[in-house]
Amino acid sequence: MAETSISTYRSAIIDALAEEMRNDAGVFLMGEDIGKAGGVFKQTEGLFIEFGAERVIDTPISEPGAFGMAVGAAMTGMRPVFEVMFGDFMTLIMDQLVNQAAKVAYMSNGQFTVPLVVRTTMGTGSSLGPQHSQSLYAWACHVPGLKVAVPSTPADAKGLYKSAIRDANPVLIFEDRMLYGLKGPVAVGETSLVPLGQAVVARGGRDLTVVAVGRMVQHALKAAERLSEDGIEIEVVDPRTLLPLDVETIACSVRRTNRALVVDGGAQQYGAGAEIAQSINEAAFDWLDAPVMRLCAENIPVPISRTLEPLVQPDESRIVAKVKELLVGHRWPDREDDSP
Amino acid sequence: MITSSAPPADEHDHLRRKFLVETYRMMLLIRYFEEQVRSLSQGGLVPGLVHLCAGQEATNAGTCMHLRKDDYIASHHRGHGHCLAKGARPHLLMAEILGRQTGYCGGRSGSMHIFDRENGNLGTNGIVGGGIPLAAGAALSAKARGTEQIAVAYFGDGALNQGLVPECMNMAAIWSLPVVFVCENNGFGEFTATEDVTAGQSLLSRGQVYDIPSVEVDGMDVLAVSAAFVEARDRARRGGGPSFLLCNTYRFGGHHAGDRQDYKSEEDARLWRDRDPIPKLAMHLKAAEIASPAVLQDIEASVEEEIQAAVQFAKASPAPESLDLRVQLHG
Repeated sequence: MAETSISTYRSAIIDALAEEMRNDAGVFLMGEDIGKAGGVFKQTEGLFIEFGAERVIDTPISEPGAFGMAVGAAMTGMRPVFEVMFGDFMTLIMDQLVNQAAKVAYMSNGQFTVPLVVRTTMGTGSSLGPQHSQSLYAWACHVPGLKVAVPSTPADAKGLYKSAIRDANPVLIFEDRMLYGLKGPVAVGETSLVPLGQAVVARGGRDLTVVAVGRMVQHALKAAERLSEDGIEIEVVDPRTLLPLDVETIACSVRRTNRALVVDGGAQQYGAGAEIAQSINEAAFDWLDAPVMRLCAENIPVPISRTLEPLVQPDESRIVAKVKELLVGHRWPDREDDSP
Repeated sequence: MITSSAPPADEHDHLRRKFLVETYRMMLLIRYFEEQVRSLSQGGLVPGLVHLCAGQEATNAGTCMHLRKDDYIASHHRGHGHCLAKGARPHLLMAEILGRQTGYCGGRSGSMHIFDRENGNLGTNGIVGGGIPLAAGAALSAKARGTEQIAVAYFGDGALNQGLVPECMNMAAIWSLPVVFVCENNGFGEFTATEDVTAGQSLLSRGQVYDIPSVEVDGMDVLAVSAAFVEARDRARRGGGPSFLLCNTYRFGGHHAGDRQDYKSEEDARLWRDRDPIPKLAMHLKAAEIASPAVLQDIEASVEEEIQAAVQFAKASPAPESLDLRVQLHG
């Protein structure tokens, strides 16, 4: 049994960065306010003191140039972890991300690789408004050459960061800000590694599979407890990485439960939810008793209002309601009842 | 001051003379290479567009040839000359431009995306200004690793109006990075004249506002380019931080090989052609008795032969196969 301790999601990430920086002198951090200030969400607290200004680099507010420099450093022997303070600001680094970082290994036919991690934050609940709250991971998933992870627990956050830093390719990790204070068991050292591309069954159940992304996993687990009181046992699967997506683990679950709901904090159209749902259709169609359904965020800029913001992303209550609707099945009558 | 470790004056002079002859050879190699690419392009053998650097050989050779093999460059879409002057093998470069499996990138990337790891070439680049942060980042990396490598960011005047220029100059200056920013100012960003789209009294001020040592150079004179570049290189190597070189030059062709160039003034084009850097260097070599006309003729013959061999190699090389389609999607 691996040694574990209780840690917050935030501390788990800091621990992952510190361990990898101690392991490999090539690992360094770049971003705005991450050094002396310790991060606007205290997400790099303590690292500047331990590693100094040359390994925890405060950049000017120059995302495209600074990120491009991280790409150049990655091509020449370093392993940068570059922070984009808000996921919405991914738009600023798009050229260097899409046309340089993601394509270098392919374009150079493997002469150069780009071992680089982009960490960024996302999600609703902080009243930060339309330019600071989108969950844009589906955009990144459309770019060949990238890997994309969305950890939902402290243990996964630590383990995925460690794997991402060691990977030869650009990996994007999206952190939901509302998870920073979440506590959970986290393993130490090498036992904490979580491989990229491996989903996990976060809770077992027989009646329906909920595939949830990022913080939606936490909502789904709470929904599962409530549903359990009504005798409904849902299985919760967390893909952990969206690219590569572990379709097999998800499909295995659906083959057991015969029904699937995908809960995605990103926008519905052309989103991660659509990709997962269609992957289930292709891998488990013959086992399905009902169409795969989605519960996703509204595709709108996230309003700042405390009454409107909570309506944007799915939550525990809406997951409960959707699961009950699916299990009653009244929207999908049997074929013989369908006759005029 | 002469120290005991420095070579004697005559030996130093001999090395300088030898280097100048090598520089001449390289400029001629680039010119012949580009002429062959143009011809192959007109013959339909080059997939896509090619952007030729004929006319700009002095800035290519006058900078790249002063670098160590393990120094880094990041080039732009008009970058064949940088690749060659940094050490790329002409036959592998030609094969890549023709999209052949034997090329530097397996034939998948072509003229605008040539990488040569062995020679520290971080790629020609299809995005205007896209290579600037790559070079600055390589300089950051070299400094962190303590290797005394330096990096050169090449860009044209078109890229001067990209935000990456001030962003990277600012960071290179505050962190004192070993990088040289080389602007090859050929007067046109694609099809548009620089003066029509560029504000400010002086392009040189783009470096000066960051207190980066900035020099304007006659980019048609390889001796002038070399002198300015060596100073910038040495500053970077000894930890003195970035430099900015504004090299005024001219592309003899258009934006790409098929460009009719009807936006150019014929008079201007003729004046610039009269300043062709290759005959200019040849005259100097002869006048200073560094190389005789016979030696220069021998160089021309051997360069011609080398480029012909490169063309033959590329033409005879196989196209990539379908099995190669997904290889190296991830590193």
